[in-house]
Amino acid sequence: MTRDRTLPWLPQWAMFIMTVAIARGLVALGLLLLLRAGLISFGQALFYCLGAYAAGALGRFFRVSDIFVEMLVGGAVAALVAFVLGFLLARYRGIFFGLLSLALSMILYGLLVKTEALGSTDGFNIAPSTLFGVRPAPEWVRYSVLISAAAVAAVCALIVHRYLNTPLGRLAPAIKDNEIRVEYMGASARKAVHVKYVMAGALSGIGGALAATAVGHIDPDMAYWTTSGEFIFIAILAGTGSVVAPFVGALIYGSIHTLAYGLSPNTWQMSLGVALLLLIVFLPEGLWSVFTRYARHS
Amino acid sequence: MPVILDARGLCKRFGAVTAASEVNAAVEKDSVVGLIGTNGAGKTTFINMITGYLKPDQGTIAYEGRDITSLAPREITRLGICRSFQIPQLYGSLTVWENMMVGIGIVLANAGHGGFFSRGDALVPGHGRPAAEVAEHILGRFDLADYRNRNAQVLPGGIRKLLDIALTMVAKPRVLLLDEPTSGVSAQEKFGIMQMVLEAVRAEGATVLFVEHDMEVVSRFAERVLAFYDGRIIADAAPEVALADPEVRRHVVGRTKVAHA
Repeated sequence: MTRDRTLPWLPQWAMFIMTVAIARGLVALGLLLLLRAGLISFGQALFYCLGAYAAGALGRFFRVSDIFVEMLVGGAVAALVAFVLGFLLARYRGIFFGLLSLALSMILYGLLVKTEALGSTDGFNIAPSTLFGVRPAPEWVRYSVLISAAAVAAVCALIVHRYLNTPLGRLAPAIKDNEIRVEYMGASARKAVHVKYVMAGALSGIGGALAATAVGHIDPDMAYWTTSGEFIFIAILAGTGSVVAPFVGALIYGSIHTLAYGLSPNTWQMSLGVALLLLIVFLPEGLWSVFTRYARHS
Repeated sequence: MPVILDARGLCKRFGAVTAASEVNAAVEKDSVVGLIGTNGAGKTTFINMITGYLKPDQGTIAYEGRDITSLAPREITRLGICRSFQIPQLYGSLTVWENMMVGIGIVLANAGHGGFFSRGDALVPGHGRPAAEVAEHILGRFDLADYRNRNAQVLPGGIRKLLDIALTMVAKPRVLLLDEPTSGVSAQEKFGIMQMVLEAVRAEGATVLFVEHDMEVVSRFAERVLAFYDGRIIADAAPEVALADPEVRRHVVGRTKVAHA
């Protein structure tokens, strides 16, 4: 089944790692938006899982398996839920925001575990995705998924980059620093946080849909709090310096994960923990700060 | 001169403390009003009620004939009533320039130029120039141009104070409330700073209310004085009249440090 047939440029496993990195990078890109405003969501897996199940439901109930439709619907469902939940969450800051988002993701986990129609704890499989109605040959599936993922990620990164340079996007560090002043200058911090929360949700949903179709299987663990933890790990690893950083961070995370798992399957978490520890000590502003530091010196 | 700001019968209680009791004040357009009183007399409560941070238990506040009593601070700011703070409220992790640009960005966004496809060179409403020019102009007026690349949290106290006031100017205020603009500034510098601030503010055509403890500053710069004591206004007159009032002398002036220039 896993014929490691090398295509012109990359082995299958490398393409898989890169696709999953893009999926996680999209979630981390959403976290970047929130982190810039001083908010840490411990529950971004909620939207990741929603996006995945939305993509899964498309194939299971509507026989739709186009990868772009899956990502679009996954993102839209997550954005809609984020919009509704945002009315509650945009009122909270700090640890309250973090734990409330965590609680909401665990509610989804609990619901999915109890839902027989969606496979309960086992989840269900997703058929390989098609591309504009064409089903690629098996050895070309990963290739087409990766290319589609990269294209969507590039568009998302550009949109976020543009947003960060609009007046409302530039408000993020101001909200982090001094929300009272933001209000007294005539802006609504709550509305700005709400917008960021919806954007972060949509990005996570797209990432979830992508992960679902790349892995070919979804289960409630996608909403579990440890999944959210991975995303925070990636976001901190990457830093908030650039919209490219989350993808680089996700790729490095995936590589450390794969490597650590390959070397010692029982203690891979320890290796990851040590990596994070070193990072916080030596690069508190994330991997991206290496680039900015280098750019400043040259 | 027409009345621009009209407070009627404002009352505010915090538990057993009466912070405002039947406060009436009508402020004329383009005037400079000094608010005096000891700590806890109700000056800042008055400012907080006008800017929407506190809602009065009773009474109304009208701005150009429009009732603004129940509006949120950001809505009141958008109407043209801005404030500075006794303790400067800055964006500490940003530079002086970025502080200004955040403020200008808010003004642009409120005017519909904050969207995804809006142009970067849109003219800032009220100023009629692009954002960078507005920032440049205001920083120049407040003598802050040399500090533009410094982080706000490492600025000297007096400069933080000036930046705090300069930030209010981006919204082109029609009424500006300055909460102790010279507190934390040395006695020698007070007059110079007050002169600069008032010149900058008046050049933009704003009505000014300022809280001040230094009676020399008050008598020199205020055209009218509102003296607060125990949540009430005990005198409302020209400085020379108000500062000579026996009740004001007993409750306010006698207890306030007078700087001898």
